[in-house]
Amino acid sequence: MQEGDFVRRIQSLSQRSASKKSFELDYVLIAILISLCSVGILIIYSASGQDPFFAKRQFFFMVIGFCLMCAMAQIPSRVWDRWAPFFYGIGILLLGVVLAFGVEANGAKRWLDIGFTRLQPSELMKVVLPLMISSYISKRDIPPNFQTIFVSIILILVPVFMVINQPDLGTALLIFISGLIVLFLSGIGRAYIISGFILALAAIPSLWLFVMRDYQKQRVLTMFNPEEDKLGAGWNIIQSTTAIGSGGWYGKGWMNGTQSQLNFLPESHTDFIIAVLAEEFGLAGVLILICIYLILVGRCISISMKSKSMFGRLLAASLGFTFLVFVLVNLAMVSGVLPVVGAPLPLIGYGGTAIVTLFAGFGILMSISKESKIK
Amino acid sequence: MSNYTFVNIEATRKLFVKRILVSSIFALVLIALILARYYDLQIIRHQDFVTQSDNNRVHVRPVSPTRGLIYDRNGKLLADNRSTYNLTIVRERSEDLDKLLADLGELIHISENDVSEFKKRLHRRKPYENTALKFDLTEQDRSILAVNSFRLEGAEVSAHLIRNYPMEAIFAHAIGYVGRINEQEMLVIDPLKYSGIDSIGRIGIEKQYEDYLLGQVGSEHVETNARGRVMRLMSKIDPQPGQNLTLYLDSNLQQIAFNSLQDFRSALVAIDVKSGGILAMVSTPSYNPNAFVSGIGKRHYADLVNSADRPLFNRALRGQYPPGSTIKPMLGLIALNEEIVTADQTIDDNGYFHLDGVLRPWRDHNAKKGGHGANVNLARAIIESCDVYFYTMSAEMDIDLFSSRSKLFGIGEKTNIDIPGEQTGIMPDRDWKKNELGENWFDGDTVNASIGQGFMLATPMQLAVMTARLASNGKIISPRLVREVNGVGVESGNENSGVIEIDSPHWDYVHKAMQDVVHSPKGTAHKISKGLSYRMAGKTGTAQVVSIDADVEYDKNKINERQWDHALFIAFAPADDPQIAVALVVENGGHGSVTAAPIVRLLIDEFMKTSANEGLVLR
Repeated sequence: MQEGDFVRRIQSLSQRSASKKSFELDYVLIAILISLCSVGILIIYSASGQDPFFAKRQFFFMVIGFCLMCAMAQIPSRVWDRWAPFFYGIGILLLGVVLAFGVEANGAKRWLDIGFTRLQPSELMKVVLPLMISSYISKRDIPPNFQTIFVSIILILVPVFMVINQPDLGTALLIFISGLIVLFLSGIGRAYIISGFILALAAIPSLWLFVMRDYQKQRVLTMFNPEEDKLGAGWNIIQSTTAIGSGGWYGKGWMNGTQSQLNFLPESHTDFIIAVLAEEFGLAGVLILICIYLILVGRCISISMKSKSMFGRLLAASLGFTFLVFVLVNLAMVSGVLPVVGAPLPLIGYGGTAIVTLFAGFGILMSISKESKIK
Repeated sequence: MSNYTFVNIEATRKLFVKRILVSSIFALVLIALILARYYDLQIIRHQDFVTQSDNNRVHVRPVSPTRGLIYDRNGKLLADNRSTYNLTIVRERSEDLDKLLADLGELIHISENDVSEFKKRLHRRKPYENTALKFDLTEQDRSILAVNSFRLEGAEVSAHLIRNYPMEAIFAHAIGYVGRINEQEMLVIDPLKYSGIDSIGRIGIEKQYEDYLLGQVGSEHVETNARGRVMRLMSKIDPQPGQNLTLYLDSNLQQIAFNSLQDFRSALVAIDVKSGGILAMVSTPSYNPNAFVSGIGKRHYADLVNSADRPLFNRALRGQYPPGSTIKPMLGLIALNEEIVTADQTIDDNGYFHLDGVLRPWRDHNAKKGGHGANVNLARAIIESCDVYFYTMSAEMDIDLFSSRSKLFGIGEKTNIDIPGEQTGIMPDRDWKKNELGENWFDGDTVNASIGQGFMLATPMQLAVMTARLASNGKIISPRLVREVNGVGVESGNENSGVIEIDSPHWDYVHKAMQDVVHSPKGTAHKISKGLSYRMAGKTGTAQVVSIDADVEYDKNKINERQWDHALFIAFAPADDPQIAVALVVENGGHGSVTAAPIVRLLIDEFMKTSANEGLVLR
């Protein structure tokens, strides 16, 4: 047991009665999340051609996620720390079930049908993996030794390969990155970082040759030359860059984006939703959105810095950076800088599992935040 | 231990903060890179993408103008536009064209020809443009397609205006018709003027006045969605409808002529003597021009083309017939004016005419009765149609002079009527025979020409023009079909027309003789004078189709109907102030007085009745 934990535990013991009295929430975080969700609902409504169906569903999931977050915030962070392996196990189990019984769509098995909606376990893993790794590393020597790193890598690679097999290379990479962020923040030695980097570079050719499927390679190639197949593979990226570019400084106005309203833009309410925002609200809208995201990430870092436990510190910061990576990958993909992979824009793009999972993540973050406030 | 732990905690904390800082800087660099990309797209290349997004959604579509209407002189519609429904396909909107065609074929009848024509059209259209698959859908087809429209993505039933000829066959040869623009025409026309227009005037007035009737194409900017469906109209430039034409034609007269002639192969032209306006122009048998408007079926077209009666053949303009005795008044006038004969000069006609050095005699049509007897002067020669008089006169006549004077009356010259396709006919002279046949002119050729036979050929239109010039004392009027464009009179060129220089006593003399053709008991057209309330001047004609030896009697019953003589009649009325001039040729109709003259009288009767009602004002 770490010394810091010990100190904090004593402190929290002495304040336990006070903390039990009040139902505490991080209102700064809530304000940021509500503003992001509002933007999301507005854009989804516009992107789905003023059909309230998707906006309503998204709102429903937001409410569920919000309640879950508030509830989870009340549970002490050490509980999350202790139960991390359990959630990780559930996540791995669900991924296994998906591979076996998943619903197929667009040639990939990513969803589990659970009656009223479809669950996407790979989305779940985006939060569960940082939770697991943070929990694992924080109980060991800091900076982590080789054995810790090795075990962590195994813990990371298991879900990653399961997701690759769905196949969903994009999500697998995002999950992979979310795990690596925890390792990096935990302070692993430079030698490990450099050798890991070299290893990753060396892995690219074999990834291309043995892991990536033809359509995935096609997407990468398309990114370099979308004009080659204007109506086929290049269509998405041509239409999304057109939507973004035609937005200008201030955009065409809400629900006036011709690219999105006239269905030129594909996946406009899910992965490509930033193009709708960029078209209708311009670069100004994009800047404001990025600012809100940065405030959110900043808040995560501040919670992390204030946290007294290694687990809290690691998890809060890694969730924040992971979140930022999701945002950046999506922005880069839609604007044609990265290949088109399934990377939704967090809290804005339509998707039930993603929303609920993210709120759950922020719930744990709040529980960390709450304890750090208790002096 | 405690100290070590403290150091350890501090060191760990420091390392963690360092890592947070490194991560934050890394993240900010990435954000800056991505923002640079958005700045590049949204600000630097903004205009390019605006253009691209507009090109995506905004399409310019031509709006076809309505074709100008055609009226007769009394405002009766002869050509208008009716709405029709076509089955069209937007290629971009159908995911699987072959499947769509197959599906459509199961619902309504689509012929192989439809499909092959459709594929041709598909090649030359612009993106997102409607391509017609089947024209003129029936109401049943339309309802079947409407019910199934949900599974026919890309197919559409669209309303169009197409040309309609309410009078059908009656005016076909005058007005002509429009047809679907074909590939050859595609190469010739200005694609800008014809964008969105699929028909073009093929023949008749429709062709000649194409530029007036066409109108100006408008355009509309429409916003379409990614599937090509029009979402809204952004702006529109209205098309300019084509100009309306008012013709000189009188549908009443036209109808009477058509009804009387529809069982014959014939052509009739009636001209307003004062203006040169064509009052009636009929060629029978005729055809229904509506069949050509949206593409005539192959079988139907073959039937028309292969018919022995040649319904597509415009006899009024293109039929060339020996004018026969109908040229006698004109020839008499020329002879009087050139002082080849005098009014008092007479001959004795025993039915035959002998030319020095020619063994075989020329025969009068009533040679069997011993000819026209003694003291035949020019008047009698016209009234009774005495051939021998003209044979005799021809001996004194130079063919070149005769030819050049006849051309002033329009024989052997284009009439320059305002529709395309007229034939020139033949007014032979020495040069003509030398050039065309490589032979020298014989006196016998002049003898033949003196009764409108031999090499001489004229179209019914030319005969009508000749008659009008005779009636107007030599005013060189030209025939015109179109009187007004959008209510504004068209220069006919007849206001300042020249006059054939012939002394006026000669006109009176010939006019009198022509009146007697109808009104004198001895006149060849006397039969039609019964009950005539006005004075009519006329001349019968009978043109030989096959030459018959002088000693062989022409017997209708013995020869094939197609070799019967053509019956001709020319007339003008009222004789004292001529208003209308008519020429009629009935192929294989026998004698002009029997078949042709009564029909002309019927027509002129009707004309006189209406013009009397209108106080003789027909302008």
